[in-house]
Amino acid sequence: MSEDDDIILSELDDDELVQQMFDDLYDGLKEEIQEGVNILLERGWAPYDVLTKALVGGMTIVGKDFRDRILFVPEVLLAANAMKGGMFILKPLLAETGAPTIGKMVIGTVKGDIHDIGKNLVGMMMEGAGFEVVDLGINNPVDAYLDTAEKEGADIVGMSALLTTTMPYMKVVIDTMIERGIRENYIVLVGGAPLNEEFGKAIGADAYCRDAAVAVETAKEHVLRKHNRAKAG
Amino acid sequence: MTNALSRLLETNDWLMADGATGTNLFNMGLGAGDPPEFWNETETDKIRTLYHGAVDSGSDIFLTNSFGANASRLKLHNAQDRAYELSRLAAAIAREIADAAGRPVVVAGSVGPTGEIMEPVGTLTHASAVEMFHETAEGLKDGGADVLWVETISAPEEYRAAAEGFKLAGMPWCGTMSFDTAGRTMMGVTSSDMVQMVAGIENAPLAFGANCGTGASDILRTVLGFVAQGTEMPVIAKGNAGIPKYQDGHIHYDGTPELMADYAVLARDCGARIIGGCCGTMPEHLRAMREALENRPRGERPTLERIVAALGPFSSENDGTGDNIAPKRERRGGRRKS
Repeated sequence: MSEDDDIILSELDDDELVQQMFDDLYDGLKEEIQEGVNILLERGWAPYDVLTKALVGGMTIVGKDFRDRILFVPEVLLAANAMKGGMFILKPLLAETGAPTIGKMVIGTVKGDIHDIGKNLVGMMMEGAGFEVVDLGINNPVDAYLDTAEKEGADIVGMSALLTTTMPYMKVVIDTMIERGIRENYIVLVGGAPLNEEFGKAIGADAYCRDAAVAVETAKEHVLRKHNRAKAG
Repeated sequence: MTNALSRLLETNDWLMADGATGTNLFNMGLGAGDPPEFWNETETDKIRTLYHGAVDSGSDIFLTNSFGANASRLKLHNAQDRAYELSRLAAAIAREIADAAGRPVVVAGSVGPTGEIMEPVGTLTHASAVEMFHETAEGLKDGGADVLWVETISAPEEYRAAAEGFKLAGMPWCGTMSFDTAGRTMMGVTSSDMVQMVAGIENAPLAFGANCGTGASDILRTVLGFVAQGTEMPVIAKGNAGIPKYQDGHIHYDGTPELMADYAVLARDCGARIIGGCCGTMPEHLRAMREALENRPRGERPTLERIVAALGPFSSENDGTGDNIAPKRERRGGRRKS
């Protein structure tokens, strides 16, 4: 096969196809990803395996290169969009088969803050990694976070702020969780341009996430730990 | 065609722009999340105070309180139909202050990003972006702005859309991007990318450059990146007064007036012709900058090491220009990208 030939996805064996899907996610090719997902399903792959091995596997590469400043927001958004195309096919099948979910996150910008690009990026990357994301939008008071987290049975509460004047509100949310004795029920991740690790610690969050890629990695680690704790307990 | 800014650029080798808008307004009691542009109508004295802060501290150029006065941003406050009116008010108050200054002072109509991501990556179409920028531009023009000034842009598509909107309004303009992600904009644009992008714009700006971003050191590295491309167009540097720090429940920018004075002189040595501040830059910083620009001699173009020694470390090892950039993933090949 010469370099210029079109690849016929259905002619690739499983391993090659998964590798090709990694490339296609990297290049943000939505239709090709959907085709790949359908081929794997036709070959008898479990929906959960298609999700974790092909899609999440590919998005992990994208996430790493984003973290390492090799890829930037436009490429990542295109990749997440391609991933979403695949998820659209898988979602009903996953629900039918009762496959385990990777985790659920409630996310929004805090009260007073209407800057949502960062929050949207994290939401898309989290979906790209297979998490379920409940987007609260902008300007959220304490109760919007806590009521939704409870109703949805979320694992993670994510808060975002772009303004130095709004970031202290994150502490209000965390303090309210402590007051109500529910702090341990959730993993609290915070992010936004003016934040840093020191601030995350100072307000009692589980972690500060520098960017969307770090948010995904951190979320995975913490959910794994939470699940392990649940098993041990 | 001449205008107030082009005339000043002809007769001065450097000009001082203004400092922060948001930080000043928050100090005057603006609530977090409240749109500053509403104050153009309801708190006009505070907006006058804001403008006076810049003009009385020696700024040759100051920006109007209209950063978020576009339909997309105002929609978040249910005021999407007020972009023209709030922009016009912002410029009208500024015109009054500039005309009373007793020396030539340029009213620059601030135009911020739409806050949306443009096609094909996002959903905002080029045509809607142009329309929004045009609407804001008409308001600023009718209020009496001398030039338009688009700032804190991340995406090249959005910068170009603003240029197109300004052309429809028939206004001269300047435009800066925010290099806040390891020396690049959020969308991955490097300093050298921006020079090339600007060179390809039909109605060229009077000046281009960088604003906001990370710290004072980073923005000077970006300025050096611009001039390394051999651009003839005047370069703008409007950096933040240091980095925001969280202390005892409050946030403050850690850059002192002394640091900003050093930054201003170094920015000029790097090749910037229009020098100002951004977040955290208060009138006392501007006074120190003006004093330093007037009294300290020009020096040689500083090295990166000298910038670090004077202003502190960079936020990242490199800024995406040069040769030591990590390559993208090696793809298998054969796929034709449609």
